[in-house]
Amino acid sequence: RHYCDRLNFPHSDEEGVCWECLPQEILLHIFQYLPLLDRAFASQVCRRWNQAFHMPELWRCFEFELNQPASSYLKATHPDLIKQIIKRHSNHLQYVSFKVDSSRESAEAACDILSQLVNCSLKTLGLISTARPSFMELPKSHFISALTVVFVNSKSLSSLKIDDTPVDDPSLKVLVANNSDTLKLLKMSSCPHVSPAGILCVADQCHGLRELALNYHLLSDELLIALSSEKHVHLEHLRIDVVSENPGQQFHTIKKSSWDAMVRHSPKFNLVMYFFLYEDEFGPFFRDELPVTHLYFGRSVSKDVLGRVGLTCPRLVELVVCANGLRPLDEELIRIAQRCTQLSAIGLGECEVSCSAFVEFVKMCGDRLTQLSIMEEVLVPDHRYGLDDIHWEVSKHLGRVWFPDMMPTW
Amino acid sequence: MVVNTIHWFRKGLRLHDNAALRDSIRGSDTLRCIYILDPWFAGSSNVGINRWRFLLQCLEDLDSSLRKINSRLFVIRGQPTDVFPRLFKEWHINRLSYEYDSEPFGKERDAAIQKLASEAGVELMVRISHTLYNLDKIIELNGGQPPLTYKRFQALINHMEPVELPTETITAEVIKKCVTPISDDHDDKYGVPSLEELGFETDGLTTAVWPGGETEALMRLERHLERKAWVANFERPRMNANSLLASPTGLSPYLRFGCLSCRLFYFKLTDLYRKVKKNSTPPLSLYGQLLWREFFYTTATNNPCFDKMDGNPVCVQIPWDRNPEALAKWAEGRTGFPWIDAIMTQLRQEGWIHHLARHGVACFLTRGDLWISWEEGMKVFEELLLDADWSVNAGSWMWLSCSSFFQQFFHCYCPVGFGRRTDPNGDYIRRYLPILRGYPAKYIYDPWNAPEDVQKAAKCIIGVHYPKPMVNHAEASRVNVERMKQIYQQLSCYRGLGLLATVPANPNNGSNANIVNAGSGQIPGSSVEHTSAQEGPSRTGSLSATCWIFNTSYEKHGWIPLDYIEVLSPCFLF
Repeated sequence: RHYCDRLNFPHSDEEGVCWECLPQEILLHIFQYLPLLDRAFASQVCRRWNQAFHMPELWRCFEFELNQPASSYLKATHPDLIKQIIKRHSNHLQYVSFKVDSSRESAEAACDILSQLVNCSLKTLGLISTARPSFMELPKSHFISALTVVFVNSKSLSSLKIDDTPVDDPSLKVLVANNSDTLKLLKMSSCPHVSPAGILCVADQCHGLRELALNYHLLSDELLIALSSEKHVHLEHLRIDVVSENPGQQFHTIKKSSWDAMVRHSPKFNLVMYFFLYEDEFGPFFRDELPVTHLYFGRSVSKDVLGRVGLTCPRLVELVVCANGLRPLDEELIRIAQRCTQLSAIGLGECEVSCSAFVEFVKMCGDRLTQLSIMEEVLVPDHRYGLDDIHWEVSKHLGRVWFPDMMPTW
Repeated sequence: MVVNTIHWFRKGLRLHDNAALRDSIRGSDTLRCIYILDPWFAGSSNVGINRWRFLLQCLEDLDSSLRKINSRLFVIRGQPTDVFPRLFKEWHINRLSYEYDSEPFGKERDAAIQKLASEAGVELMVRISHTLYNLDKIIELNGGQPPLTYKRFQALINHMEPVELPTETITAEVIKKCVTPISDDHDDKYGVPSLEELGFETDGLTTAVWPGGETEALMRLERHLERKAWVANFERPRMNANSLLASPTGLSPYLRFGCLSCRLFYFKLTDLYRKVKKNSTPPLSLYGQLLWREFFYTTATNNPCFDKMDGNPVCVQIPWDRNPEALAKWAEGRTGFPWIDAIMTQLRQEGWIHHLARHGVACFLTRGDLWISWEEGMKVFEELLLDADWSVNAGSWMWLSCSSFFQQFFHCYCPVGFGRRTDPNGDYIRRYLPILRGYPAKYIYDPWNAPEDVQKAAKCIIGVHYPKPMVNHAEASRVNVERMKQIYQQLSCYRGLGLLATVPANPNNGSNANIVNAGSGQIPGSSVEHTSAQEGPSRTGSLSATCWIFNTSYEKHGWIPLDYIEVLSPCFLF
């Protein structure tokens, strides 16, 4: 009532707020807190509220969920709602993502919507597969033409997430031709149709690029140099997936000088590397100093390689090892504690470490270890510590209560 | 007044430590022990032949033990709500006893029977003996919520009153003057049916690797303890090739059916430990197997949706794939990964697999490779696994698929490497997959990598005599780790780069929050668990907040609304 008075809005003489004359700004503010379904119900109450429901500010973000009952347990966005959005709000959309299940129909539906986003000026676009990558099952041309609609029309794309899609070099050229000034984030892990030249074109032209995610086969010395050029902003994150396609695959090496250039240009940048290799494919890696900060071994990695990690990764912040095998990693862990002075998170799965060495490791790292996730089976009791007292020792050195991760025993 | 008693066996298929039976005998004139063969066995018709056989053997064993004390078992077909009114009348029953069943389906069924009993003027005697503790008391101690982590559960256990001693075994002494009226046609009317009578095909059925019954259970218990004493080592045994095979001292199926009392096992373990370790206090880890069982029973007892993802407040809503073809390959041991296929074959043939083998196949089906819902895996285990009861099976599957209980998901069991490290020679594979017998140890876990001449020499061409691998494990792991990360990042609203920090900090592990609340910043001198237990009420607050996140947002929106303005900041869906 007070607000109404101040704005000279007419209000009823009775006590209480007059709902029908709440200013649009207030309605908007309230509606922003409501989930979509509740907002939709509210929009049925009266004309003003219906108008508020359709205000552009409420349609900046949308996540299209495309699921088929035969392939998913989750509900899909209602087709009528999708139609309405395209009809009335496509030019309001700025931050859009598509979540698709493993069916081809869902990926096709996503492309269908994309092709209609002609009046959009998107800032963010995310194509997310929630299960098997169904975008890869589409005919490439179909996908590319839908994606190109957005690239050409948006002209101010800032964040683009297109992992596991059949995007290719020519479409990246289109992206660059229209959005080079604004592109800041590009995630494209596992895009098999892109070549190192294709991504190099992006790095050369998009000088504002701050975050990049791709597979190792796209990484080249030229790319790193391009990202370190004077015109380029400081890179913040680089995520690289190293995945084995065939056993005995040979991986190329990146020169130390290229990494050095990166670190010089962007001293604070984070390098996240996920390895999914057979044990004998690590040959080219961890020979020279590598500025990796977050390291995940998604398959078994040898003791030898973990030893090399200690020697070559001084910037390491997080180390996660899925499996190693059954030889104790005592020396390797101690070395990592000594030389990776930034290490604050470690996870060990199917590995073995003697209790004494583990306590030593924790002592050396002290309370900088904020994440310590060790499977119970990893710790091998020795003459000094048993399984029942080790958590106590470790907790002392960490400065907080700690237990290993447990798995149920039937 | 004449007291005519029925004791109703459901689980608790034993005469030792059977408090309900023991108490109901006192003052009874007649006693009839019944088992109701409910066409809907424990709420599901999904029961394989091994489980039926085990049950029938348990019933035979009970009948034989009852014979020795001049009684018999009465097997009655039908549904309890139909059977009881009839029996109450026919046998002039005024007392009914049974062992308490904590599972939601059991409680519902028993509520209906309680009503019938009270309408018929029948006195009820219900006792707890399937679990070590009164589960409701554990929940009460935790502020009315079940503990969501095992550590929290252990902390609560430390504050419970000691486990009650097992009740005396029912002998002729105990039964005294209590009589069982047995008719001449007892065997026809109430005899234990055979597998054939139940409609099973028994041609070619091999002898049970796990024979059912209380007698067998008690024998195994003695052997189990003997072996422990001989080893004089109570540490968790290291896994080796031999562990994969069915053990003559394995007890899990007997605990599930109640042929073996968990309390008896508990006390025998305690006594042995004290004897060998000269009276020191046994650590909680000694009772690992029993406590995990207890933990899952506790978490499940008030949650009828515990075995589902949809509508289950403790289950993360994960966008699993629906893929019946892939599921069938896994269930039938046709994945093309010998390690997985051998395990599933052993499961189907014998009804038991080692717990690490379970982890391996569960991981493969769900978060590791196939990205299929844990509910499907749970149903297959329910059918085939002798020791899979509702609570433990559902809880374990949620755990193994990282759907609950604040699990880290980074450690994936490799369907090649894990088996190879456990049994380098591959004897386990050759035993259960004879088609691969000709393969050398080098290739037996990944036979598709074997050169043509090796395959020919082994008389088993991959793709012809044995399937090709149904997924590329490296690629599948990569995709699935990314999926799990997406889901957990939404749950924890974590925007950083760390893989470990993606999983929300569990609220009652006694982490930093605990220390802050303790005030001094020092870890208290006494056991850690003490402090955790004191957290009680405040924990409930954060617990229900987390459950709200799991339940409400996912149910309502299918996602937690992200502030897209933050998209430009680091790690948009990294």
